[in-house]
Amino acid sequence: MQATSSKALPQVPPRAASASTAVSSLPVAPVRRRAFAPLEPVGARARVLLGLGFFVVFVLVWSLATLGGFVSPTFLASPPTMVKEGWLLFTEYGFIGDIGMTVWRVFGGFLLAAVFAVPLGIAMGTWKTVEAFFEPFVSFCRYLPASAFIPLLILWAGLGEMQKLLVIFIGSFFQVVLMVAVTVGGARRDLVEAAYTLGANSRGIVARVLIPGAAPGIAETLRLVLGWAWTYVIVAELIGSSSGIGHMITDSQALLNTGQIIFGIIVIGVIGLLSDFAFKALNRRLFAWAAL
Amino acid sequence: MGRIVMSQNQLSIQGVSRVFTGTKGQRTQALQPIDFEVKENDFVTILGPSGCGKSTLLRIVAGLDFPTTGQVMLDGERIEGPGADRGVVFQSYTLFPWLTVAQNIRFGLRERGMREADQKERSEFFIAKVGLRGFENHFPKQLSGGMQQRTAIARALANDPKMLLLDEPFGALDNQTRVLMQELLLGIWESARKTVLFVTHDIDEAIFMANRVAVFSARPGRIKTEIAVDFPHPRSYTIKTSPEFMDIKARLTEEIRAESMAAVEH
Repeated sequence: MQATSSKALPQVPPRAASASTAVSSLPVAPVRRRAFAPLEPVGARARVLLGLGFFVVFVLVWSLATLGGFVSPTFLASPPTMVKEGWLLFTEYGFIGDIGMTVWRVFGGFLLAAVFAVPLGIAMGTWKTVEAFFEPFVSFCRYLPASAFIPLLILWAGLGEMQKLLVIFIGSFFQVVLMVAVTVGGARRDLVEAAYTLGANSRGIVARVLIPGAAPGIAETLRLVLGWAWTYVIVAELIGSSSGIGHMITDSQALLNTGQIIFGIIVIGVIGLLSDFAFKALNRRLFAWAAL
Repeated sequence: MGRIVMSQNQLSIQGVSRVFTGTKGQRTQALQPIDFEVKENDFVTILGPSGCGKSTLLRIVAGLDFPTTGQVMLDGERIEGPGADRGVVFQSYTLFPWLTVAQNIRFGLRERGMREADQKERSEFFIAKVGLRGFENHFPKQLSGGMQQRTAIARALANDPKMLLLDEPFGALDNQTRVLMQELLLGIWESARKTVLFVTHDIDEAIFMANRVAVFSARPGRIKTEIAVDFPHPRSYTIKTSPEFMDIKARLTEEIRAESMAAVEH
């Protein structure tokens, strides 16, 4: 049956013809494969496989460099050593406590920044006078490196938790303010006008047009800045700290334990990735309309 | 202005002109002084070539733009800004993308603080009226352009405005959808009797819907002629092929053509 049908339609590849036999006698268009054409979408399975593929390649190159003896173990631990050191960190050195400390600092500092920055950003985006008042100063502050404040913050807040939170705060606050102000200020004017013609007053415009319209953009800003907060926290912990992932990394540096350092870095990467995934999923749930 | 506002004229445009000032201080006159009256429950279309200032006039009536001279009176009161008494449907799709169809229609009612149950009743009535039953919980982006504009009309009507102002509301729709939307809007007007000011550059649309067509000149805009359209209501699409319709269309085509030529030569 298959043989006769493919004989009757010689121009059709056999696989496609077998799928079409029952439906129609028209030739089936050949499957188009344009994997390397610009902007051509990639399938879900292929995407996952490709993404994992690079991790495999990365570990292979690393293993080859270290286990193959091309790089001295003093400078770079091999993957098995790294895993072993990581295991020791958890079982012997209470690393889970360090992770907990770092996570709390990131989220604490980040939430503190968000609580103040988002309302200010909304106010600046909404009222141009407020923007004119704050914008130059905030733009200036944005370029001040958060890590450069660490010595000052130690002087002001000591070596306690407040100092760590403040580093994150300084690093995130000004960025969030400006990005939220831009998002809110970029509201569609025609929607604002439509709301006015429906009887909305200024309060209604802010609460029921500007804020809901900007909400997905604000959430996206927060997701981005949370990622940056991770880099600030490690810097804060590298200096004058007695706990946290950053502190562990400084300790390991003194002992030339590259396995622990690399393990710490990877842990940061994994936690960052997980929190980013969670944030993305939450945004998609909260703002389903924006993804339509 | 010392003008007597006649009681049957609901909307009175008195000596309204508009001059836009550019960033470098150059002045562009968009509207020459215009006097125009609209009676209660009338359906008036404003027909003109693109860029003639007809949308500017509508925006001034809506309160979204302000005249350089003159004033607009609605029921004897001067218009100072936008308000719920003048429902507007824009050419661009202006449904709130984060609200569903039903929530969009209830927007104005909610702003007014209407009871939840009354909001629901009203929105259901108007959803049925524009034929969107079953789409209450869809988001605007899940709808076609025609459905979005039907929602926008329902949203404006749900507020029970004195006037409906429409700025080329069907301009972005394909021809078949546009014709159906015209019939829908006309049907609503025939049963609900609102005062309607409808801006368009489509001659067929202007004649089919209106009791009166006001023809705009090229920029700076002014009302050049007015033509009464006396077809009885309810109107059927079949009038579009009648000799009387063709007559009016021929006249308006000449008027508009002259203005379009003037606009191109400028």
